[in-house]
Amino acid sequence: MFQFLLRRLFGLVLVLLGISFLVFAISKVTPGDPVKMMLGNRATPNDIARLRLQLHLDDPLLVQYTKYMWGVLHGDLGRSYRGQTPVLQEILLRVPASIELGTAAFLFALLVGLPAGLIAARNHNGLLDGLVMLFAQVAISVPEFWLAIVIVIVFGVQLGWIPITGGVGLKSLIAPAFCLGIGPAAVLARLTRSSVLEVLQEDYVRTARAKGLRNVLINYRHIMRNALIPVVTFLGLLFAGLIGGAVFIEAVFARPGLGRFAILAINARDMPQVQGIVMFGAALYVLMNLLVDILYSVIDPRIRIT
Amino acid sequence: MPNITSNGSGQKTPSVISDLSGVAETGAYKGRSQWRLAWDRYRRNRLAIVGLLLLAAIIGLVACAPLLATYDPNAIDYNYVRKPPNSQHIFGTDNIGRDIYSRVLWGGRDSLRVGMLAVVISIIGGVALGLFSGYVGGFVDAVIQRFVDLTFAFPNILLLLSIVAILGPNLTTVLIAIGISGIPGYSRLMRGSVLQALNTEYVLSARLVGAKDVRIMFRHILPNVLTPIIIYGTLGLGGGIMITAGLSYLGLGAQPPAPEWGAMLNLGRTYMRSAPWMSIYPGLAVSLAVLAINLIGDGLRDAFDPKNR
Repeated sequence: MFQFLLRRLFGLVLVLLGISFLVFAISKVTPGDPVKMMLGNRATPNDIARLRLQLHLDDPLLVQYTKYMWGVLHGDLGRSYRGQTPVLQEILLRVPASIELGTAAFLFALLVGLPAGLIAARNHNGLLDGLVMLFAQVAISVPEFWLAIVIVIVFGVQLGWIPITGGVGLKSLIAPAFCLGIGPAAVLARLTRSSVLEVLQEDYVRTARAKGLRNVLINYRHIMRNALIPVVTFLGLLFAGLIGGAVFIEAVFARPGLGRFAILAINARDMPQVQGIVMFGAALYVLMNLLVDILYSVIDPRIRIT
Repeated sequence: MPNITSNGSGQKTPSVISDLSGVAETGAYKGRSQWRLAWDRYRRNRLAIVGLLLLAAIIGLVACAPLLATYDPNAIDYNYVRKPPNSQHIFGTDNIGRDIYSRVLWGGRDSLRVGMLAVVISIIGGVALGLFSGYVGGFVDAVIQRFVDLTFAFPNILLLLSIVAILGPNLTTVLIAIGISGIPGYSRLMRGSVLQALNTEYVLSARLVGAKDVRIMFRHILPNVLTPIIIYGTLGLGGGIMITAGLSYLGLGAQPPAPEWGAMLNLGRTYMRSAPWMSIYPGLAVSLAVLAINLIGDGLRDAFDPKNR
């Protein structure tokens, strides 16, 4: 087990290194002179040269990369082109809002998707199964940003039930969480259904039934435990994805999260910020993957051997 | 009844062979290729047929945009600003008087075209990469695979945003970005197939006989991996259309005054209160297109699924 963890952590470090290299390369490839952006049009060549020296922009690329990585390890992700505020600080400011929304959407997806999938599996080929799957298919196909707009129009403008933009507090979370979570809920329902159906075909289920095991509860231990393995994997990845990927919903509902921050940074060509956000988001995602793997190995002992 | 014939030595033997050949000649028994079998299975799936018809309808409408559009999609008319749907403007007008219906029809061309081209790029790039990586093997393969794993470690949206940040926001960038981000997926698929095929006898014997590598790749390996590629390609098309609309919605894709569906949604957001129809119809178009494609993809998957055979 320890060896497994060690190997995974090593892989994590390698991946993070690779991502940082990619991100660094991206920022260097982007057209546009950062110094000119920072100093504006009236900068003298003297100013430009001085700033370039200060920012080490003329050093060989490898040196710049090393300096950047050194900074990252010390928690310094650079400073924004506009306003000179430390990138990490600005990211951390946005994180709570993203986590709030991500968690709410995650819970929604879990509480709606999982039971839906189970119901569909139980009613295999019946009316309920068809209905749930059709609904799921529609939910997956509808773009979440459009759904958000429609919900805002119907419930916010026409009916006035929910606050429309910005806002703090639980009430303002309902609509965004629903819009963000309904798609994953549908995917979760489909996944759960197919996973349960597959497990039901397995020999050990037939054996358990043949043994005449006492009641359905014990069958749940055989069926559910095994069926939930791919589901758990999906849930882990979902959670990671929701936190960084709520870009569209944040735009519609004007929530101050990471996704919206990324869009603003890109539109302003603020490369240190874009770099920092991508690094942060990717690192978070990779970390979540690792956690999911660990959780996975706890649930399924067969994984620990490989 | 088996045909009883006699051979030269005077013995009577049932000649089943001539019996069968007789049947074959009448065409009562005709072998069905695997494609025909899959199509027959697909036909029985009602939802899949709905998807096919819906997509055909959408493509038909969009392709005939020049004929069906009632107004020029960029025609500004300050007399008819933000009018709700009426007999003149079926879907209403937007904030500078352009007809929404015509814009939806014309915009569909952009959205569908980008989606399709992006998937084509992904497939061609992914198949080439996977084929090469799997066939060459060794160190090169390992390096390429590490790189592919790296892209999987990235959340997809961040990768897309990064590419857009580099190349600048416009529709072509979106096309390239979605195309590139799809390559690792198909390369994995292809490589798996190649590795599987390399171990089969027919490939080994082909190599022994001295068949050139390229020939092996095209004749033996490619046909087997065609099925999952078709399925994933179809589903990827839906995703491509949705992401194109999404990126345009964020202002990172089609730029105004292009009538692309996502860009229209972006514009409509400002007028949610006063002109909700500006947002409803383009989004509905995206939803229906993606729904149709997803239904087709699901139908294909079920049709080709070995468990259903």
